[in-house]
Amino acid sequence: MIAEIGLAALWLAAALAVLQMVSGGLALRAAPGEVNALAIYARPAAVVQAFLAVLAFTMLLWAFATTDLSLKLVATNSHSMKPLIYKLTGTWGNHEGSMLLWVGVLALSGGLLAAFEKRLPERTMGATLGVQGFVALGFYAFLLLSSNPFERLPVPAGEGNGLNPLLQDIGLAIHPPTLYAGYVGLSVAFSLAMGALLTREVNPAFARVMRPWVLGAWVLLTLGITAGSYWAYYELGWGGWWFWDPVENASLMPWLAATALMHSVSVLAARDALRTWTIMLGVLAFSMSMLGTFLVRSGVLTSVHAFAVDPERGAFILGLLGIYIGGAFTIFALRAGAVAEGKRFAVVSREGALVFNNVMLSAILAIVLLGTLYPLLTEAFDVRVSVGPPYFNPAAAIFAVPMLLVMAVGPLLRWRSDKPARLQFEFALIAALVIGVIAAVSFFGQFPLLPLLGLGLAAALAVAAFLPLKGRNLARVPVATWGMVIAHFGIAVALFGMACEGAFSKERLAAVAPGGTEQVGDFTVTLDSVTPIAGPNWTAIEAQLAVREDGGAPVILTPQARTFWSPPQSTSESALLTRWNGQLYVVIGNQAEDGRWQIRVWWKPFVTFIWYGGILVALGGVLAIAGRVRVDVRRRRATALGTQRRADVEALGAEPVPAE
Amino acid sequence: MIRWLLTAVLAMAAAMPVLAQDTMPPAPYAYNQLQDPRLEAEASELMHSLRCLKCQSQSIADSDAPMAGDMRHQVRSRILAGESPEAIRRWLIARYGDYVSYEPEVSSTTWPLFAIPVLVILIVAGVLLRRLGRRRSDDDTGAAA
Repeated sequence: MIAEIGLAALWLAAALAVLQMVSGGLALRAAPGEVNALAIYARPAAVVQAFLAVLAFTMLLWAFATTDLSLKLVATNSHSMKPLIYKLTGTWGNHEGSMLLWVGVLALSGGLLAAFEKRLPERTMGATLGVQGFVALGFYAFLLLSSNPFERLPVPAGEGNGLNPLLQDIGLAIHPPTLYAGYVGLSVAFSLAMGALLTREVNPAFARVMRPWVLGAWVLLTLGITAGSYWAYYELGWGGWWFWDPVENASLMPWLAATALMHSVSVLAARDALRTWTIMLGVLAFSMSMLGTFLVRSGVLTSVHAFAVDPERGAFILGLLGIYIGGAFTIFALRAGAVAEGKRFAVVSREGALVFNNVMLSAILAIVLLGTLYPLLTEAFDVRVSVGPPYFNPAAAIFAVPMLLVMAVGPLLRWRSDKPARLQFEFALIAALVIGVIAAVSFFGQFPLLPLLGLGLAAALAVAAFLPLKGRNLARVPVATWGMVIAHFGIAVALFGMACEGAFSKERLAAVAPGGTEQVGDFTVTLDSVTPIAGPNWTAIEAQLAVREDGGAPVILTPQARTFWSPPQSTSESALLTRWNGQLYVVIGNQAEDGRWQIRVWWKPFVTFIWYGGILVALGGVLAIAGRVRVDVRRRRATALGTQRRADVEALGAEPVPAE
Repeated sequence: MIRWLLTAVLAMAAAMPVLAQDTMPPAPYAYNQLQDPRLEAEASELMHSLRCLKCQSQSIADSDAPMAGDMRHQVRSRILAGESPEAIRRWLIARYGDYVSYEPEVSSTTWPLFAIPVLVILIVAGVLLRRLGRRRSDDDTGAAA
């Protein structure tokens, strides 16, 4: 019954998406200043649709929680012996469930937009909701026609197949929903951009409506990528935190586009410049979200994330991608000429720096896109090539290094036009930091070029991030400005972590007999014992390692090598010892014939800064949203108060009239 | 139900060879470092840029697969024997094809990987000149486009 309610809700939601699309489209046909009689249904349709889609997802969640083995999806992806938390997260650990989550978030954000956004002109709002309905309809069709999550088995299964053990981890509980919410938040930015383009309303008022959605999506993408990177780091057991794996790239590309879009929309809101840029980036950002979904969901990549292997689905998403992106770029090409160029600015100005960095972000995006898609393209012609870190790192650095330098000075520049001479001291300070740090580090040893550059830039950026506060009364700095400062500082922190990990990591791989000791950096690691243990759906061998820093008191670390039986697979559970200045990473491997155990130990200095940086960047985004909302609420209250006062005055002035 | 059973059976069958391989002891340098830290650093850098052919998007330096272990052993023992990392890479490419190396080289099949970034640099320069370079001369006329 539960599954049937979910399926019915999904069909009803699809029908409402049609209504929303048609009604929203009709808003365009209304004469200026009037409201089309049929256009009034778009908002309620979006709200009810959001309720239905969320209901459908809740029903699936329930089916997974209770391990309803009469559902095909549950039987193939879950297992009655799994811990409850992984039963729940398993809901989106498969193709159909994750697409339902995608659609649920899409409908929910559409509903929120329809329910709470009252600032836009009705025509623009109608067009926006119409586009949102059109996008949602495609994904409902995909879900209902080719990946029905509520399909029943003719005979209920006796037991489920279980979930890939790599995905039975708390990282999976956070990572995909956050990332999806980010992807889908960009759909609202896309719909708003299309709505504004269709009704020729590309102006600062529109940008102010779009900005919180872009910021919100960007914060979620940042958190999703950070969580995903940390998950890969501790779960895959080799201490790598970024592999330039196509699935990671699929999440990085929308982030790059969203970063550019966020800056561009801020310029549009503040200065009424970069109108076409903002629209183009809005289309690009959501294109990258859809491309990411296509790459991960279609099965063109073979990776732990690619659960689907059915080419029919891939063709379906590719078709949707073609319709939406092709359509959007066609409308853009037709209408972009009609969008008047915004306000002008000089090369040396804050807008100039933002344009430069948006172009650099787009170039990095192009490189990542090329490196991700090219191997897929050649594979179609039976030529297999691999594109990995030796390609991505230098190619991205060509654009990232100038971008980071401009990022250091950009926030110091004035809007519209500035004189470089005014900032001589700041320029000299930043240059001195970059050169000084690189020279100092090179003095102590030979390190690869990129980590070295990273260290220099990180130092300069960390200082430069706070320079915009110089000479200002800190208590009066707007919250949004604090957001920018913290986000930029977060980039410096993450960059420092990446560079340190790249330059100073220490590795020790060895076969150790119980009682044996190994040395890594300042740490001595002693293998005390190895014991078998059992969990709810796995067995494992667990090593007890005593770790002493500089001969101090021992800390016990217990890495495990787990063997899951359904599905049969083994994973390494690394053990981490976190210090303020880095992490000790320990993994237990196989037993050699002579009875010794393979252990792998890394000392990774400041590696945690990578994720601290990510969190700081996201925090900066949250502050920016909070700041904008606060200003907005104050403005609304002031306007409401003003209107009320005017009405009072009018009432007072009007009253004596009939008395005469 | 039948299809589900079939998938289950196939999954079991797929899992078995892996289990069978695990029983073989790994080669000596699969999980052990070279004594000389300089040689080990060379080997490590090379291993991070070689693809584990049995895995999904992992380098042989990041993989538990037995084949990755064998390849690590090959890399380390050849480095120890005095071969240069590039010679080892070429030997592996000759054996397993371009796919094994994460560092694409310019060839008839990979040239767009290098041509397109150059093109991107040119486009970036063009866009920046158009958007920013033109401004200064336009500013004097004060015309809004």
